[in-house]
Amino acid sequence: MTADKDKLRTRIQQAIQSQKRPTVTVLSSLLAIQDSMGYIPEEAIEEVAVHSNTSINSVFGVASFYPNFRFTPPGEHSVEVCWGPTCHLKGATEILESVLEKLGLDSEGDTGDGKVSFRFNTCLGACSQAPVISVDHELYGNAKPDIVSNLLGSLYEKENLH
Amino acid sequence: MKYKEIVSQATAEWTEMTSGKVPLIRIGTAMCGHAAGAFRVIKALQEYLDSTELEVNIQEVGCLGLCYAEPLLDIKKPGKSRLFFNNVTPEEIEYIVDEYLINEGYPKEKVFGYIGEEGPVNGEDSLESIPGLKLQNRIALRNAGHISPHDINQYIANGGYAGLYKALTDLSPSEVIDEVKNSGLRGRGGAAFPTGVKWSFLVGSPGPTKYILCNCEEGDPGAYNDKGILESDPHTLLEGLAIAGYATGASNGIVFIRHGHDGPIERTEKAIEQAYALGLIGNNILGTDFNFDIEVALTGESYVAGEETALMEAVEGKRAMPRFRPPFPAAFGVWGKPSNINNVKSLSYAPEIISKGADWFSSIGVNKSTGTAIVCLSGDVNRPGLYEVPMGMSLGEVVDDLGGGVTDNGQLKLLQTGGPLGGVLGPDSKDIHIDFDEMRSAGAIFGSGGIIVGSDKVCAVDLTRVLVAFCQFESCGKCFPCRLGMEHLLEIVERISDCASKPGDMDLMKSIGGTMEAGSLCGHGQLGFGPIRSAITHFEEDFRLHIEENRCPTGSCDRPKIVPKNTRPYATDHIAGE
Repeated sequence: MTADKDKLRTRIQQAIQSQKRPTVTVLSSLLAIQDSMGYIPEEAIEEVAVHSNTSINSVFGVASFYPNFRFTPPGEHSVEVCWGPTCHLKGATEILESVLEKLGLDSEGDTGDGKVSFRFNTCLGACSQAPVISVDHELYGNAKPDIVSNLLGSLYEKENLH
Repeated sequence: MKYKEIVSQATAEWTEMTSGKVPLIRIGTAMCGHAAGAFRVIKALQEYLDSTELEVNIQEVGCLGLCYAEPLLDIKKPGKSRLFFNNVTPEEIEYIVDEYLINEGYPKEKVFGYIGEEGPVNGEDSLESIPGLKLQNRIALRNAGHISPHDINQYIANGGYAGLYKALTDLSPSEVIDEVKNSGLRGRGGAAFPTGVKWSFLVGSPGPTKYILCNCEEGDPGAYNDKGILESDPHTLLEGLAIAGYATGASNGIVFIRHGHDGPIERTEKAIEQAYALGLIGNNILGTDFNFDIEVALTGESYVAGEETALMEAVEGKRAMPRFRPPFPAAFGVWGKPSNINNVKSLSYAPEIISKGADWFSSIGVNKSTGTAIVCLSGDVNRPGLYEVPMGMSLGEVVDDLGGGVTDNGQLKLLQTGGPLGGVLGPDSKDIHIDFDEMRSAGAIFGSGGIIVGSDKVCAVDLTRVLVAFCQFESCGKCFPCRLGMEHLLEIVERISDCASKPGDMDLMKSIGGTMEAGSLCGHGQLGFGPIRSAITHFEEDFRLHIEENRCPTGSCDRPKIVPKNTRPYATDHIAGE
């Protein structure tokens, strides 16, 4: 167990230290860890506090403020659905219904098998193609409920091929 | 290397690329192209070309403005005009390549139009004659869709960094500021404050470390023009930033982008690297004694991080919560140093203003709104896009001429402008012009340029509910009138939408709105009641039907309300300024 924890801390420290942007802050370090590991482990809060010479409380204050941070390991695939006003007018409700049904979820969260993490996004930035969803960071515009459902189904099929 | 040598080398490369012997394929990969499947098309294209003997140059470009036509493929064969193909799918690649490049034929089923002095390829219309391009006057987006954002030489070959060169060699810093002041340029982030005046605030602040911050948080749903510029032509922003740095005596520029918007982040960082390599930023820029560094800083997801003092908090790595003012950023900004915050669009106009002069810029537009408006047109409209048009165009022209009218032959019911805090306008708004002051007196704002079109199938209560849910979700929590007020407003709008309102709800909302306006530090709380106030003004009947007749006129409110339930945990440790 201790060896695993040490490994985790090493990974966290590497993520903090390998930041390329010149200005390193609590937020930039947390984003680097999120990018590298997919989530913010408890140990990361401590490591960032030590590195930034601040309190654990302050670091958690930042991490809990921005909804893009998560505190448990993510599913294998990420699915985000935009619920902004344009997407809403263009049918985001039907997309959300279809996604939640396909994934067996009633709101944001991870599927029971750990395959998919679903979250809302307030704007994916491609309003002219609304409604928009993102699957593993690839955007799909003009989404239709049945196409979305097939797309999510294919995430499972790809797994079966391996 | 001297600027003139850089230009001649870049121009030679550009000429070879666009007039050489190898066919040039350009494809739009800005956010709109990405969402329409451009990367899947490129993959199919590369795979298919690998299976042939063809030599082809593929370049990613930005957004031509015609988002509805994405993925937009543009093939320039030697000696011919550029031929465009719209809404291309991976499956159609084989047909287009076979027909046009291999068989020397003409894939007429997919042709959209041509652009080029060589004239039509086979009798098709010029793309520049369609309203979506003809009505545009592109300044900040002049290169978007034409050059690759990945290659600084393509920017330089098209007049890039000429504005900076002119500023550094011919003009004093105060002359640059005068030029921007005389151009009448007003900030495009929402407040419409004169940019030249804003820059002048920083001039007198003590150095040596002073910051110009460029705000590309752009969390507004319905707005994508800042990201559009960074993805299509990041150097126009970097050049503008460097000009602002020279004019104000700043030492550092920071481009502030939301984490997760990978396209704009990657392209901006690559552009910065290339500009350093050519000595266009860094120390002794273009052989002068002007030094200016530029870096990218990321924010987490937070709409309020776009507010200028909250932005500085986020740059410092804290929660994005607004600071008290005064002290103002020009005196005490990021890291306590003098700072000046500008929107991407405002800065991106600077190179052309310096190159072509204040008089040229101020001759475009109307009244006190000079230059162009970069409109993000989305929603129930046939041709959504990213259109840069002269200020003064009427909203009717935007919806009908640029946008091709409301979808499904529907009637225009509402326009949501200027981001979620901007409010809504009714069907009688077609005669209003895009003019900062005219829109403000009509009870809306032009803001950051988003225009969302709603047809007669849209229920104003339902849309208001989503706007309020957004504002509630995004409240940073620092000021209780906004934090609690938004939550309370959402509760009330939700019950009106559920046809379960209580007597006095309308008055209660107004009272909460008044408190928020009076008791919030930043625009989020001060303007947070705006969406409801404007909806009540223009769509009283929709509200009345829900409240008095217990029905939704369009049925939209009968659908499940699926919105995020989690809001920001309002722990109050580490509050700004501590």
